[in-house]
Amino acid sequence: MNMKKLVAYVRVAVSAGLLLELMTMNSAAQDSRRIEQVIRISASSFEFKPSEITVKKGIPVTLEIVSQDHHHGFRLSEFHLRADIQPGVTQKIRFVPDKTGTFNFLCDVFCGEGHEEMSGTLAVVE
Amino acid sequence: MKDLLKHDLMKRRDLLKLAGVGVAVFVSGTPIRAAGSQQKKNDSFYFVQLSDTHWGFTGPNINPDSQGTLKKAVAAVNALDEQPDFVVFTGDLTQTTDDRKIRRDRMAEFRDIVTQLKVKTVRFMPGEHDASLDRGEAYQEFFGDLHYTFDHNGVHFIALDNVSDPTAAVGDKQLQWLQADLKQMKTDARVVVLTHRPLFDLAPDWDWATRDGDAVIDTLLKHPNVTVLYGHIHQEHHHMTGHIAHHAARSLMWALPEPGSVPKKAQIPWNVSEPYKGLGFRNVEAEVAEARYKIEEFSVAGRS
Repeated sequence: MNMKKLVAYVRVAVSAGLLLELMTMNSAAQDSRRIEQVIRISASSFEFKPSEITVKKGIPVTLEIVSQDHHHGFRLSEFHLRADIQPGVTQKIRFVPDKTGTFNFLCDVFCGEGHEEMSGTLAVVE
Repeated sequence: MKDLLKHDLMKRRDLLKLAGVGVAVFVSGTPIRAAGSQQKKNDSFYFVQLSDTHWGFTGPNINPDSQGTLKKAVAAVNALDEQPDFVVFTGDLTQTTDDRKIRRDRMAEFRDIVTQLKVKTVRFMPGEHDASLDRGEAYQEFFGDLHYTFDHNGVHFIALDNVSDPTAAVGDKQLQWLQADLKQMKTDARVVVLTHRPLFDLAPDWDWATRDGDAVIDTLLKHPNVTVLYGHIHQEHHHMTGHIAHHAARSLMWALPEPGSVPKKAQIPWNVSEPYKGLGFRNVEAEVAEARYKIEEFSVAGRS
């Protein structure tokens, strides 16, 4: 093998390596997005939107909840989660659902006539 | 009223005992004091607890006699052959409303109705329906302080507010007030705590808890003779935290299912074949020396 060919091989190998690395990075970025389930929830008197949420077991979840009117609460007892939801402030709740099933969440800050109807369900599936 | 008595006298009578609690719970259909309680000890007295009257509620499928149930209960208390020393309402006197004027109208109507009680000493407490939307502003205009104490025949009563904060908390300030109050008492003082929500985590998913209830219970546990009477859950319920017994009272508007018995909490529909089922009030007889409380449950049945 002469020097020119050797240089050409090295260039090809380096390019392939870079390409592979780029592909790997891209894939990792996609995995990163895939491994976090972000759910945006709007809270207002007297409902959560959406009120029915489905997530996958074992994949981290971030709930981003914001109130559209006044102080509400969010309680998901099955995963020991609760937060105060204030208007204009996005409350982020992170957890990993480690069991399947359908679980209730509710507003636990008394917010008005329809307070007791302000609830929803989280379904965790395989 | 005669029809009411006749109807109630036909109801069954059960006797339950809470082992180790020193409390006998009678389930009685008749608004006449039990024979045993007529042999009253010198140091004993009794009072009536009514709860969750939700005046202003309308819902024909839930309670078609929403305008009459409270009045029947008042009449039933007035018909007791021996009048109680006092009556206490443990919260949710009125159905919540976002309208400030309607809230006050309901409170005024409720007050007018219970003024018909023969008993002159009537104690009130707020529920979240009365006080959570305005931090107790309207309630205080009509019924006074949100938390307070009083003493009666050797028993120290503490009315604790876990509703005017909409997050269902007692709060640090009131907790300090409670601790200061109990500090003045002898350790073995007879203490009855009156509150609206359960102080323990009965069913947080159903909003049946007090956010800082653990701190309250820790404070109360330092005293050996404490009993808690509360409402909120619209059914009779008995629970122990350490040596403290917690007794929930029935509602006078609608019944609710047992905690966790159904996926979602919902009012139990009116049963035409058993009207007023699950609704009622109770007598509490305090035997002060023994720090023992006998609870008799009364139904509110009758024709609308």
